[in-house]
Amino acid sequence: MTSPTPGLARAGGAPIGAPTKITQGSQTKGGVGESTLRPDGTLKVTGEFAYSSDMWHEDMLWGQILRSTVAHAEIVSIDTSEALATPGVYAVLTYDDLPTGVRHYGLEIQDTPVLAHGKVRHHGEPVAVVAADHPETARRAAAKIRVEYRELPVITDEASATAPDAVLVHEHRTDHHMAHVPHPNVLHRQPIVRGDVTAARERADVIVRGEYTFGMQDQAFLGPESGLAVPEEDGGVHLYIATQWLHSDLRQIAPVLGLPPEKVRMTLAGVGGAFGGREDLSMQIHACLLALRTGKPVKIVYNRFESFFGHVHRHPAKLYYEHGATRDGKLTHVKCRIVLDGGAYASASPAVVGNASSLGVGPYVVDDVDIEAIALYTNNPPCGAMRGFGAVQACFAYEAQMDKVAKELGLDPVEFRQLNAMEQGTLMPTGQRVDSPAPVAELLRRVKAMPMPPERQWESSEGADVRQLPGGLSNTTHGEGVVRGVGYAVGIKNVGFSEGFDDYSTARVRLEAVAGEPVATVHTAMAEVGQGGVTVHAQIARTELGVGQVNIHPANTEVGSAGSTSASRQTYVTGGAVKNACEIVREKVLELGRRRFGAHHPAWATAELLLEGGKVVTDGGEVLADLVDVLGDEAVEVEEEWRHRPTEPFDPRTGQGDGHVQYSFAAHRAVVEVDTELGLVKVIELACAQDVGKALNPLSVLGQIQGGTTQGLGVAVMEEIVVDPKTAKVKNPSFTDYLIPTILDTPTIPVDVLELADTHAPYGLRGIGEAPTLSSTPAVLAAIRDATGLDLNRTPVRPEHLTGTA
Amino acid sequence: MDFLRPASWEEALAAKAAHPTAVPIAGGTDVMVEINFDHRRPEYLLDLNRVGDLYEWEVGEDSVRLGASVPYTRIMENLRAELPGLAIASHTVASPQIRNRGGVGGNLGTASPAGDAHPALLAAGAEVEAVSVRGSRRIPIDDFYTGVKRNALAPDELIRSVHIKKAEGPQQFSKVGTRNAMVIAVCAFGLALHPETRTVRTGIGSAAPTPVRARAAEEFLNAALDEGGFWENGKIITPSVAKQFADLCAAACNPIDDVRGTANYRRHAVGVMARRTLTWTWESYRGARHASHPKGGAA
Amino acid sequence: MRVNFTVNGRPQEADDVWEGESLLYVLRERLGLPGSKNACEQGECGSCTVRLDGVPVCSCLVAAGQVEGREVVTVEGLAEYAKQRSRGGSAGTSLDEAQRWAAQGTDSRTGEGTGSSPRAALSSVQQAFIDAGAVQCGFCTPGLLVAADEMLEHNPDPTDADIREALSGNLCRCTGYEKIMDAVRLAAARQGEAV
Repeated sequence: MTSPTPGLARAGGAPIGAPTKITQGSQTKGGVGESTLRPDGTLKVTGEFAYSSDMWHEDMLWGQILRSTVAHAEIVSIDTSEALATPGVYAVLTYDDLPTGVRHYGLEIQDTPVLAHGKVRHHGEPVAVVAADHPETARRAAAKIRVEYRELPVITDEASATAPDAVLVHEHRTDHHMAHVPHPNVLHRQPIVRGDVTAARERADVIVRGEYTFGMQDQAFLGPESGLAVPEEDGGVHLYIATQWLHSDLRQIAPVLGLPPEKVRMTLAGVGGAFGGREDLSMQIHACLLALRTGKPVKIVYNRFESFFGHVHRHPAKLYYEHGATRDGKLTHVKCRIVLDGGAYASASPAVVGNASSLGVGPYVVDDVDIEAIALYTNNPPCGAMRGFGAVQACFAYEAQMDKVAKELGLDPVEFRQLNAMEQGTLMPTGQRVDSPAPVAELLRRVKAMPMPPERQWESSEGADVRQLPGGLSNTTHGEGVVRGVGYAVGIKNVGFSEGFDDYSTARVRLEAVAGEPVATVHTAMAEVGQGGVTVHAQIARTELGVGQVNIHPANTEVGSAGSTSASRQTYVTGGAVKNACEIVREKVLELGRRRFGAHHPAWATAELLLEGGKVVTDGGEVLADLVDVLGDEAVEVEEEWRHRPTEPFDPRTGQGDGHVQYSFAAHRAVVEVDTELGLVKVIELACAQDVGKALNPLSVLGQIQGGTTQGLGVAVMEEIVVDPKTAKVKNPSFTDYLIPTILDTPTIPVDVLELADTHAPYGLRGIGEAPTLSSTPAVLAAIRDATGLDLNRTPVRPEHLTGTA
Repeated sequence: MDFLRPASWEEALAAKAAHPTAVPIAGGTDVMVEINFDHRRPEYLLDLNRVGDLYEWEVGEDSVRLGASVPYTRIMENLRAELPGLAIASHTVASPQIRNRGGVGGNLGTASPAGDAHPALLAAGAEVEAVSVRGSRRIPIDDFYTGVKRNALAPDELIRSVHIKKAEGPQQFSKVGTRNAMVIAVCAFGLALHPETRTVRTGIGSAAPTPVRARAAEEFLNAALDEGGFWENGKIITPSVAKQFADLCAAACNPIDDVRGTANYRRHAVGVMARRTLTWTWESYRGARHASHPKGGAA
Repeated sequence: MRVNFTVNGRPQEADDVWEGESLLYVLRERLGLPGSKNACEQGECGSCTVRLDGVPVCSCLVAAGQVEGREVVTVEGLAEYAKQRSRGGSAGTSLDEAQRWAAQGTDSRTGEGTGSSPRAALSSVQQAFIDAGAVQCGFCTPGLLVAADEMLEHNPDPTDADIREALSGNLCRCTGYEKIMDAVRLAAARQGEAV
């Protein structure tokens, strides 16, 4: 039995609900809602698309970073003389060579030294940089830098961080979170309290408690951190870089260089994936410093080993949950404590704490909650943004809890979730009312209704096809020990930057006649990292301006900020900015038309006018003029900022506040086959149902959902950065030992897309990139529990956990 | 660094004699990783790609002479009948791209306990043909692995080929990794039935400082099969015998805890693989017997 | 050292090569062919896949000196390679074409006109990757294209399991592989129709 949201049930999975009115008609080909192809597709399949690591310049030098070999130590001395004397070496820089008093950077808290000063706080921290005429020369020179360390005890977990005599990771903290934390090694703490958990506990017929561990996941984007800094004649520098947010980089880079922002020009180079790992700076400042010091272009490209030290990771977490429910299947309360390991520097940890706490209950109606989330400062690798951003860790734990409560109550796990599913109008634990569709029960219904994959697909007339069995090509089973399991999960993710952040974007749109054709040019600073924002921008311009040809200008800092390509926000916010700018351009064009041609036809003054197919038409379809004639020699251009509805900070004591602008929901059903003797898992299918509000580009929507789902699968069964608890050193910084799913690990991912408009958002769209990463992991874990009967409380789950040999 | 490019086997041996520290490179799938990641800066790289002899194999009466650089892909495609265990192991090596370049010589030269070829070579029985300007010798595979990433080669020697006994009975190979493709062994197991000598041989990878055989397990199984007349009557191996064999294989391990797996898991998994590969090979042996004595009605 | 070899049918010479350089580095940094990608440089991701004497290999694991005198096809030459194949000829380059290539020159630095100019129409697998939505960030794409094209050359009607096995050495972090599967199925179907 399911209880779908009234009015939503409909067979067949066809999109239901109506998006907001598209003010322009749908006559123009390639507009919003179509699966148009990527404008950069051809360059990407011919190898001509220029990624940041492909940049090249005459006479360029190669930069190399020397990183700490220990996690926590005082730097007694650094001797660069031998490195500097190496033929082919142009510069060696340490902290003492930094040109200004601004020597730290950071997204929110400027606690990260450009180069280590007096102390290193994590394994792989940059200590010195070298520029030389060949990468090997630079490597050899870096190896000749003598650094003497005096090692300090390492802080690696909550106990060691908050011990009374704990060494302080940052001994001189002055940030604004200090006032609200119980210990200087606690970076941020966000409680959320609503209702009365003590009283609610009395009403509960069952209480389930659990303790969960989430391993450290890496973004593992394939394009390594890289870029080219070119010194310019005016004393400035031009940086070609792969990043998620050009203007955020600029804000952090310029003060360190001692340059005004206009002398630091930034152009987005091709980005080989990001997933949060490019929100923080990596080699940007180092390359600029070396270029300015040597007067030569400097290229830096990390290799995969260095990349594991060069960006922040997903926070590993410990999560402690208590759920209560009545016999009839209603949640009474949730009490939880989420401890996120932020590592040595702040990065995005405070915002991750905000998400983990505010989304910590999941997409359920719970009136009485007591939540606490904290992030620690430790000597582990710094952690920050990764797809899902705090909501991922919580979802893993609360979904495991939901299964356990359902089991205690003897209820079907999907039915139990539906009984407690939030919907439009539900109050979040923060007191915020959900004011757009929240089809949680319906998504669960849909994903459960999808046909199940056939059993024993690995059987064939020629025997077992090991490629379809757990262990795959490694030939570990021909069917022995293999048991199937099925699991479900659903999650909630916020869209956009929250907690009162001024989350705007900027778009510059130009419309002109070129060679007898109307051509639109869209210029934003949006970082295209693979998500397809450039595709969508062109679609929006076609729809709003009624033109066929749209040029996407390269992203750079010559236009205002687009905000970050993260938080599932770019189609919403920069898409919204492009739509807004197009609408203003359209009005200006119509005004131009009225001036030029208004006298010739009364409809110019009386009718509602549209731009369709390169013409000005009335809403009745009558053509009034060709756009090229209206435009003549004029180009109409506007640059405008655009904002979504404001949010507000969470109260530091109660966590109350309308902190989020939009929520996004996805549900998964995982079907796995587990070799129960060897503890090997084959995911057979990962079905997903997601509400996307409005699919601006259905093909891209599927790509986002399937990609996000697969990253969730990875952290369920294989992905984990392993840090030695005794030394805080990373043990597996390579693709040999940090494993991400191959095509043989990834199942079919059928997707059911729901389109229920959020009337507050452009076209009714909902940010989509992150939600599928949330529920995929707990669905896989639930399926493995179903297959094995084991109580699995950590992810990733490894063979030793499934075989009692940990 | 110098790059030595011998055009023939003789030139290669001369170069190795002149520069004993030279690191041979053929498929490059180990050496180049170490160079790219700055783990190794050999004085000389000795390129063996132009030594055609190393890419050839020859099927003899009793054994296969497998050139050191014959890529795994070739072994999978061409030597499945003669070297079934090694062919299965070859198929588990990394990725198609790596299998197109890497060969058994590199596995032996690196002598990593995780090398995929080792368990199959140990189980089948093989000799490594080591050659220098001083002459040629054959090193029994059982004597080849001398320590973690160490082998019995002298500094001036190169591996020319491996002489592997042709299969006279079923062979299997199984490897555990935490991914369904492109994965280094957490541990691996090879098993070969030798009906002519009424013996079974094993090979264990990644569960001890070197690849090893489970000798006690082999001796136990050889005796049990002999006593029960299993080779002759083709009966199903009893679960208790299979379990004892598996336990002894697990006991032959001397594994460590590392980032790829725990020691306990490795021991456990080797036991499971031993039992399964024994079942698969024995069923195959019984099936072949039935096929040659068609009263089983299978054909 | 100096290395002479053929890339996409065209003779190439690289000078002052450090002996530890990989084929990948020479292609990307010396010959202006950055299409082959540097994602892991340890043979684990396949993004640098090229064909060496016809065989798909990770170019990051081939020492530069090992390619002396050999033939390499990169993603930049894939369309031309496929065109030659469909003509039934050898996959090499005619003298005439080589001269035209030389006349065009390569400006590796901007990524314009590299290697494949004058640009051949896309190969069926390249077109299918675009059409099926198999490209997101695109960093894995060149290696996948070379591997997929080679598989279809030998196995024009692959099963899904065949495709997965053939591409198991190519990591993709964006797509979840579903659209890549679609693309290869599409390319196979289109090639089937064309025959």
